[in-house]
Amino acid sequence: MNARLAAWGFVIPAVAIIAVFFLLPVMGALALSFTDFDLYALADLRNLRFVGLHNYERLLETALFWQALGNTLYFVAVGVPLSIGMSLGAALLLNSSVTRATAFFRTALFAPVVTTLVAVAVIWRYLFHTRYGLVNYALGMAHVAPVDWLGNPHWAMPTIILFAVWKNFGYNMVIFMAGLQAIPRELYEAARIDGASGWRQFLHVTVPMLGPTLSLVAILTMAGYFQLFAEPYVMTEGGPLQSTLSVLYFMFNEGFKWWNLGAASAVAFLLFAPIFLVTAVLLRLARSREVA
Amino acid sequence: MNRRAAVLVVNGLLVGLAVIALFPLLWMVSVSFMPTGAASTLPPPLLPAAPTLANYRELFGRVGMGRYLLNSLVISTAITLGSLALNLMAGYAFSKLQFVGRERLFKALIGALVIPSQVAMMPLFLLLKNLGLINTYGGVIVPALAGIFGIYLVRQYAQSIPDELLEAARVDGAGELLIFTRIVLPLLKPIVITLAIFTFLGSWNDFMWPLIVLTDQGLQTLPVALASLSREHVQDNELMMAGSVVTVLPVLALFLALQRHYIDGLLLGSVKG
Repeated sequence: MNARLAAWGFVIPAVAIIAVFFLLPVMGALALSFTDFDLYALADLRNLRFVGLHNYERLLETALFWQALGNTLYFVAVGVPLSIGMSLGAALLLNSSVTRATAFFRTALFAPVVTTLVAVAVIWRYLFHTRYGLVNYALGMAHVAPVDWLGNPHWAMPTIILFAVWKNFGYNMVIFMAGLQAIPRELYEAARIDGASGWRQFLHVTVPMLGPTLSLVAILTMAGYFQLFAEPYVMTEGGPLQSTLSVLYFMFNEGFKWWNLGAASAVAFLLFAPIFLVTAVLLRLARSREVA
Repeated sequence: MNRRAAVLVVNGLLVGLAVIALFPLLWMVSVSFMPTGAASTLPPPLLPAAPTLANYRELFGRVGMGRYLLNSLVISTAITLGSLALNLMAGYAFSKLQFVGRERLFKALIGALVIPSQVAMMPLFLLLKNLGLINTYGGVIVPALAGIFGIYLVRQYAQSIPDELLEAARVDGAGELLIFTRIVLPLLKPIVITLAIFTFLGSWNDFMWPLIVLTDQGLQTLPVALASLSREHVQDNELMMAGSVVTVLPVLALFLALQRHYIDGLLLGSVKG
């Protein structure tokens, strides 16, 4: 009896915080997205009206929302494969039997992950400065004309993708390293005896053995990359010509710049409900395969 | 490919990657010691010709960086200590204490783990506004006082505690709180360190929510202040690099000191998650 009461005492504080400050607001967001909550409602709740699906309808007619969605998909479609490729490549190099100073290299490649995003975005903005940036200077030495990296609508998103890959690849690299180390050495021995080359060993031993890890990492990385916000906020303010405006940035502007909290909630649901469903289903699939 | 060539290629590639990873950070430190305008010349200098502390003096003097540093320290420390206490207790209870609906509640929490926190932002803002927590430390601290991921980590780790140990203490008449503080906590020490560094780094680097809640300049954390400073001082690269150093250095140092625990936590959370 006493122990049972104590158990609730241990669980309730944490669960209450999560319920009140996370689960309740998530459900509230759905309700909010059916209202016209704006600056007037913020001042006086009597100005609040139920508008049904109006926010969603209007959003689907807003060109800027579609552009933000397109920009975000571009960032995800290019950034995620690039990032995972870098992580896997770096992990394979670190895991190689001929690597010297593995611990040093691992720490060095991981360092960008723990840095503060805003601070390193400020550094990158400077590195990619059109006139005084080191990147254009290095390109100039190779006789390439200077590029207006963050000021040109065609180059701004690729620059942000490069930055995100630099900042993040160490995270998945560490996960891949652990996955590689868990592959039994005998499998490689056997493949070698059968005369398999390094490349064939990679294709027929490494890739299948790493499969479950690879799919988990891909799903989680994708879900993370959809949450693009701070990079364009610091480096481009969503410009030039809205070419780096992400959906989350659009939501931020709608909600906390113009105080259209109802419309902003609709944005959140249009972006995150599909992602949430896809992530949940894929995760379940990936895990059941792992168990099987 | 013979072995010597392989050694050369593999290590050469790694050196290249390490240079790419570290160069922006090293250059940030170097530029932060240059006098105003020195970094806006061609060719861009790699090292300061005459190192100066002027940028740091201006940061902590006129710009008031000390205040932002203090805000970041207070907020990150409070979140770390508070969420450690709550997550440890809950994670232990989910693993070792019996109560009705335990498994179902835990499954529900895990199910909610994939919901992106941004969905909750608009209603959370209104809720905190009603509680009078907007533009206070509390607006950032309170919602972060417990986390599903932390509870999950602790629960996984606590599974290894033998039940007999706890039963023996109960037979000896020890209360549940005493068992938790005297027996369980010492056994959980590795996960406590891991969770502490994870939480501290996470709240130190957090940007979007503090940006929304802390509009009062005197309350802003380092990332929020740095973002707004970098908009005002677009030309002043040396000053901004010094600001970046002040922001990044504490977390980078903490990571280097406790690296093993950080990586352990990362692997626990993602591979087995």
